[in-house]
Amino acid sequence: MSDPLLELRGVSKRYGAHSAVRNLDLVVNPGEFLAIMGPSGCGKTTTLRMMAGLEQPDEGDILAAGQRVNEVPPHQRDIPLVWQSLALFPFLNARENVEFGLRMRGIGRTERRSRALDWLDRLGVREFAERPVDTLSGGQRQRIALARSLITEPPILLLDEPLSALDANLVIRMQALLIRLQRQLGIAFVYVTHSQSEAFAMADRVVIMGGGEIVQIGSPKEVYRLPSTRFVAEFVGRNNIFDGKVVAVNGGEMSVATAIGPLVVLACDLDPGTSVTVVVAADSLQPCLPGERPNTLACSLISEEFVGSMVTLFLETSDGTELKVQVPERQLGAFELKGDGLLTVGFLPQDAHVLRT
Amino acid sequence: MTGPRLDTLWLKAYVGLALAFVFAPIAVALVFSFNSSRFPTLPLQSFTLEWYEDVASNPELISAFGRSALVALLVAALSTAIGFATAYTDYRFSFRGKGFFVALALLPPTIPSVIMGLAMLAWLSRLAISGTIAAIVVAHTVICIPFATAIIRLRLSEMDAGLELAAWNLGASPWTAVRTLVLPFARRSLLAAMALTAAVSFDEYAVAWFVSGLQKTVPVVVLEILTGNVDPRINAIGAIVFVTSMSLVIAAQILIGRSSQKSGTAE
Repeated sequence: MSDPLLELRGVSKRYGAHSAVRNLDLVVNPGEFLAIMGPSGCGKTTTLRMMAGLEQPDEGDILAAGQRVNEVPPHQRDIPLVWQSLALFPFLNARENVEFGLRMRGIGRTERRSRALDWLDRLGVREFAERPVDTLSGGQRQRIALARSLITEPPILLLDEPLSALDANLVIRMQALLIRLQRQLGIAFVYVTHSQSEAFAMADRVVIMGGGEIVQIGSPKEVYRLPSTRFVAEFVGRNNIFDGKVVAVNGGEMSVATAIGPLVVLACDLDPGTSVTVVVAADSLQPCLPGERPNTLACSLISEEFVGSMVTLFLETSDGTELKVQVPERQLGAFELKGDGLLTVGFLPQDAHVLRT
Repeated sequence: MTGPRLDTLWLKAYVGLALAFVFAPIAVALVFSFNSSRFPTLPLQSFTLEWYEDVASNPELISAFGRSALVALLVAALSTAIGFATAYTDYRFSFRGKGFFVALALLPPTIPSVIMGLAMLAWLSRLAISGTIAAIVVAHTVICIPFATAIIRLRLSEMDAGLELAAWNLGASPWTAVRTLVLPFARRSLLAAMALTAAVSFDEYAVAWFVSGLQKTVPVVVLEILTGNVDPRINAIGAIVFVTSMSLVIAAQILIGRSSQKSGTAE
């Protein structure tokens, strides 16, 4: 088996008393699309900057192709980074920006020029080659920043929230472009973002970070459906989270006592008395008739949120617990809300994900 | 309605008077430099270039002008180079005592010229270079560095700190990044710093008077002529010095103005 492209072993980074990254172990494999996701301040950008050599870890090792590179300065690493601010050079035109990496490698003017034009062509911005970068739109600048980072044909590309400044339509198109590029080039992308829609749409593996540590690594589906901790359940997706205690195990199912009453979930090797957290995704909790499902909850509507074809209903039970329910907009009419806004929602035992706490 | 108008009228008059107070003597000197009378009295007599010819044919004055120009050039180059290094240090690095470092770098203009001159004389004598052109260059460079530092620092503060990191990330060594990125970015401010420091050096007399010895610069010669008698050549020299200095200062202003304007449109 070949060495991983990049590996972090027990890496820690502190700024004064603040610990930005703690004892991080992470492997980037050749050709994979890895997304690092977490709330702001979770250490994801610091991790990326350490990979590029722009920050030095206080503890631990960074290995590139099996070699320790802690002390290798950034300009000798060949791990290009696409910056959140893009950091295009303002007094160079688009082509000169793209050529920069080749110029630093001492490649001649003619070759530099033709390779830069090739890359601009590939990213669909060749017509802007001779334009000053500050006259271009956000999407065009984004493509030029990508071309500038990819022109040296590195085995790995780091991206720091590259789409955060673009509007929603452009983000979708850039996502498609990024996936296509990554597949065509067969290189590894390490993509830092706080947006789960970006991470889930593109990544092969998702790393969830919180408080400077890795909380969970898995495929987008695993992270989404089987969060490993309460933190992930709260950060990813729209989940309803109930704390409780196992009270009884009957065959394949067990009963959990929670603040909103007993819930029936699938048994999972836990003895009665164990504290657990029951996670129910908003799209697993559905309006139904009282008693229609093993777990039904009476509640009232507080507000609703439209995002395209999905509607999220925000509900409240009689004891004040907030619930989130996601239903397709087309089906909304079927749940005739009574004038008082009261309704019943329920979920099946197999749709609940149980975390031991 | 009349209130603000009256205020601006007063303000305009006030500013006009202040400017007249500053520039009237210079204008008078300019006018009398072309007047044929030996004494600056009215009415004016005929137009003449006699005093300029006098200056141009005086070997002592010619060599003083040459010396002043040479000193100004060397000072401009040295203080701009050191000023850039100081401003870049402040821009790129953070370290313990940085506030103190910057304060120290910008300190010299707050020291009275006489004290600066005496101190320079004492120190340069110990180095046994007092009374040489090198002595004037050293003294003026010390005075000029803060001006260069301030101008360049202002320009660098407009530079996105990420640009240099991006250049490193793309394979530029720190030196190459400064050469290909920071210097071109700061180019106008470097030229402005050179023009301004050249002007400061060209005009400076107090410190030069202490350290120049027999290597007199133009302001030192002027001072000596003035202490002797009323000499119409003074008006001609004054006019030449005024035009030279103002050209440099205006050039510096234009360069500074343009550099910040340019970055303004880039945002």
